[in-house]
Amino acid sequence: MFNKRFLSPKVSQKISYAILFCATILAIIPVSIIVFIIIKNGASAITWEFLTSMPKDGMRGGGIFPAIIGTLSIVLCAITITLPIGVCAAIYLNEYAKDNLLTRVIKLAIVNLAGVPSVVYGLFGLGIFVMFLQLGVSIVAGALTLSIMELPVIITTARGALSSVPHSFREASLSLGVSRWQTIRHVVLPNALPGILTGAILSIARVSGETAPIMFTAAAFYVPHLPKSAFDQVMALPYHLYIISTQIPNMPRNIIFGTALVLLMMVLSMSLIAIIARIYFRKRRKW
Amino acid sequence: MKRKIDSIIEAIIFVCGILSIIFVALIFGFLLKEGFAFFKEFGVIGFITGDLWYPTSDPPKFGILPLIIGSLFVTAGACVIAVPIGVMSALYISEVAPKGVRDVLKSFVELMAAIPSVVIGFVGMVTLVPLVRTIFDIPTGLTAFSGSIMLAFMAMPTIITISEDAIRSVPWSYKEGALALGATKWQTLHRIVLRAAMPGIIAAIMLGIGRVVGETMAVMMITGNAAQIPYSIFEPVRTMTATIAAEMGETVRGGMHYRSLFAIGLVLFLITFIVNFTADLFLGKTKK
Repeated sequence: MFNKRFLSPKVSQKISYAILFCATILAIIPVSIIVFIIIKNGASAITWEFLTSMPKDGMRGGGIFPAIIGTLSIVLCAITITLPIGVCAAIYLNEYAKDNLLTRVIKLAIVNLAGVPSVVYGLFGLGIFVMFLQLGVSIVAGALTLSIMELPVIITTARGALSSVPHSFREASLSLGVSRWQTIRHVVLPNALPGILTGAILSIARVSGETAPIMFTAAAFYVPHLPKSAFDQVMALPYHLYIISTQIPNMPRNIIFGTALVLLMMVLSMSLIAIIARIYFRKRRKW
Repeated sequence: MKRKIDSIIEAIIFVCGILSIIFVALIFGFLLKEGFAFFKEFGVIGFITGDLWYPTSDPPKFGILPLIIGSLFVTAGACVIAVPIGVMSALYISEVAPKGVRDVLKSFVELMAAIPSVVIGFVGMVTLVPLVRTIFDIPTGLTAFSGSIMLAFMAMPTIITISEDAIRSVPWSYKEGALALGATKWQTLHRIVLRAAMPGIIAAIMLGIGRVVGETMAVMMITGNAAQIPYSIFEPVRTMTATIAAEMGETVRGGMHYRSLFAIGLVLFLITFIVNFTADLFLGKTKK
């Protein structure tokens, strides 16, 4: 990069490191500014009433309670579906699968599932769950759509957790005559559990902010009551933010910022909990 | 008895294992089914190369060239910003930063990845868009340029995380060899480590591109949504993803317009499939 005739290697190292440092600052400062802007403008809107009451005056007043409940119900429903399937898939890949064509195809499928655009998941969910299976625009349809979307993330993190359990654990159990599944069930899984759970929390956080997949499958513009069953349409926080920031004229700014702040805090605090839990469990690990 | 339960459970585990394949096939099959129904009536060539997108006019025009170019503009712009910054940050985080700083930065990047795109879109709309309008003195700040800037931040976490993995997986012996010959740390870094990690970095860039191409909400809120072929980056554009998200609500289920959006979904699916497949090939290279 720097010709040594002009600069000694030491000086060029210093300059290069400074450039790399500036690039890192450039990567993280704008995002920090985004978070700061939302906190600064949104904090004034956050009151107990805002969090726990229904919207009023065509969303221009009142609170965002139904949107919070809606998002929570879709997201929790989705993780309940994905977690067992994803963990089983990870067990298959890590404990049973041999290095053959099938395994390679599964891995390729996971990579691709992770790369499918969120709006395409929305299309798929609309086509198969809402229309073909006739679930209608509902919590279930949205949750099923999101559960397929988060499957690759769950599989990947669960697999990482399983593969970090040392081989000697399995060998000790197998050598005592314990069957393969029993070994997985009583030795491998308990040791991998913290890793699997932090992965699950992280994925709940990510999915809570998704708008495109639930736009046509679960979310409604406005529902005057809380969902009564899993087949109801619901309001959802990210979709609500999209609606009030683009579709409703004369929307009070602090309500939009307040909604953005609630969504952001929900997502960031869950992610932070997962990250801290991961650091804690790694330190405590005995092997 | 125990053996029987064991084998049932193992069968369930196997089914879950291959479920990913089934889902990918289902998504592809479903898009293909609706897309095919559309192509039968309209034709593939006219769809890809048509330069007018008027799905509700009479007769409707379903040319997605402006949408493809819109996606291309935004993606290219985002890459120009995100790739150099992302790769340099990855170098800093993995090789230069002291350990404590490194851990904090890595957690921070992970948090960055979690920020919802609708939040990024909203902040871009109220801060960046008016700024772009006044700085460049153009009629509207809702342009491909504004979209590129916001999307760059969304691609960076992907690029940084995966590049960082690639850089750190370069064997110690490579560095030791270079350092033993009297190279400075920086010379070792950019002549040896960077070169050895290149396949992984390329994979990181491809995955970043994949993320930007598929990004929907932020793009829909910032780029102005004008379905016309743009001549500069300072014009409003409309991407493929934004078209699907913006128009799906207004279509008649099962009609031509509805099916045309599935056909766009098919194009998007194929693009991201190719991008991710290539990235995976490069990632496989680094592991050797």
